Amino acid sequence: MSALLEVEGLTAGYGAAPVLHDVSLTVQAGQIVAVLGANGAGKSTLLRTLSGLLPAEKGRVVFDGQDLRGIKVERMVHLGIAHVPEGRGVVTELTVDENLRLGGLWRKPQPSLAPIYELFPRLAERKGHLGHQLSGGERQMLAIGRALAAQPRLLLLDEPSLGLAPKITAQIMTLLRDLRDRTGLAVLLVEQNVRSALSIADQGIVLSLGRIVTRHDAATLVDDADLRHAYLGF
Amino acid sequence: MDRFLFLTFDGLSRGAVYAAFALALVLIWRAARIVNFAQGAMAVATAYVAYSVADATGSYWLGFIVALVAGLLLGAGVERVVMRFVDHSSPLNGVVVALGLVLIIQGVLGMVYGNEFRPATAPFSRDGFDVGGIALLSNYDLFVFGAVGAVVVLLTLLFTRTPTGLRMRAAAFAPDVSRLLGVPVGGMLTLGWALAAAVGSLAGMLVIPTELGLHPTAMDIVFISAFTAAVVGGLDSPIGSVLGGLIVGLLLSYISGYLGATVAPMAVLALLVVVLLGRPDGLFSRSAKARTA
Repeated sequence: MSALLEVEGLTAGYGAAPVLHDVSLTVQAGQIVAVLGANGAGKSTLLRTLSGLLPAEKGRVVFDGQDLRGIKVERMVHLGIAHVPEGRGVVTELTVDENLRLGGLWRKPQPSLAPIYELFPRLAERKGHLGHQLSGGERQMLAIGRALAAQPRLLLLDEPSLGLAPKITAQIMTLLRDLRDRTGLAVLLVEQNVRSALSIADQGIVLSLGRIVTRHDAATLVDDADLRHAYLGF
Repeated sequence: MDRFLFLTFDGLSRGAVYAAFALALVLIWRAARIVNFAQGAMAVATAYVAYSVADATGSYWLGFIVALVAGLLLGAGVERVVMRFVDHSSPLNGVVVALGLVLIIQGVLGMVYGNEFRPATAPFSRDGFDVGGIALLSNYDLFVFGAVGAVVVLLTLLFTRTPTGLRMRAAAFAPDVSRLLGVPVGGMLTLGWALAAAVGSLAGMLVIPTELGLHPTAMDIVFISAFTAAVVGGLDSPIGSVLGGLIVGLLLSYISGYLGATVAPMAVLALLVVVLLGRPDGLFSRSAKARTA
């Protein structure tokens, strides 16, 4: 079976010096792949290149058999790719409900938001609040809920645990695992919080200075002390 | 008291036009962070087209509709052909390009139609009804209120009740995030410019018959008043721009009524300076509060 996402020899960055060098990876449907690594390793750059916010300099990205070269950012969601950017990307001037509706707006007919509100009861309570009135955890839920409203097949998730309490991070991780098990959603999960990410991931990839330095089953990465020390620093 | 009432109604009628024109400025500011200094010249250009059509067909209303359609097209064209290619790293770039457009549009209008005032007829009588001995509202004033009111209501419905309005707001506030959610941000920008220019054309059609008539520079003074209205209301606030328009209209009316017409333009500039010094975000802007929150 061919992979949902295939990345081959991807090189990309901002201006003269590339941030990513020759990155190759695959994500299968129903798989959570954690991308780990220190600050500046190129994790966010990888996601930004995959969703088209940054042009790739070299390499190939194939999603569900379709080469993504030249596809506009605003078309990605139509193909089934949803990107939750770092810093959550909630439109703070819009209400919770408007943010969520925005997520499903490209679909005809527009999907009901009831399942999203069921998933995040807290958002239902704060439906009419503006984005900037929400707490960090609520914003993260809103950003993920909004991405899910587009009913994607692949979720690109950038640092969902950033600035969140451990309890809320755990909730979000559980939610992602349930979604994968229930709907076959694939997730490319960028995280600094290695333990949280590996607790739900099927596979872990470690980036360092823009190159993939190792990749293993998540369980192997957690269990193998040598690997842990060498690449994850704990 | 009679005089005060008369000046109040006159001021509100004038203010309604400033409100529409200020609203057009705010629409573009919100969408593109550009003060469209070419708005007056663009509105005059569409008014010339409208009166050409009205003269040729004998129908003011056909001309009126043509003005609005021409506004939509001109706005979309200016965004697609010119503004899209302006480097926005410095806010002055957009201003300079807009001023260049003013010179081009006014120059072309002068070459095509001549640099003299041409009569612009009003579709309704401008004689006020007699209410208790004072001539207050004219049919034309009612037309102005109705037209501006309709635009405000329609735009409010568009922005708050329709998917396109939601897309336009999202694209203005957070272009990158909107793109990731499938919003065609460039298209929304074009649409914003088109709508704003059409509203500007409407304001031009409403105000030109009440002034000296058609002239390539006919909207220059109106632009200053409307720009002041937009700043008073807060460039980010559509409701503020409407209230600002009414405030400037009333101020102009009272000042020219009690102190003389020659003082009025100075009063507008004085108001602009006071607001910029005291509350640069405008009297009705929410952005100052939102930023600190």
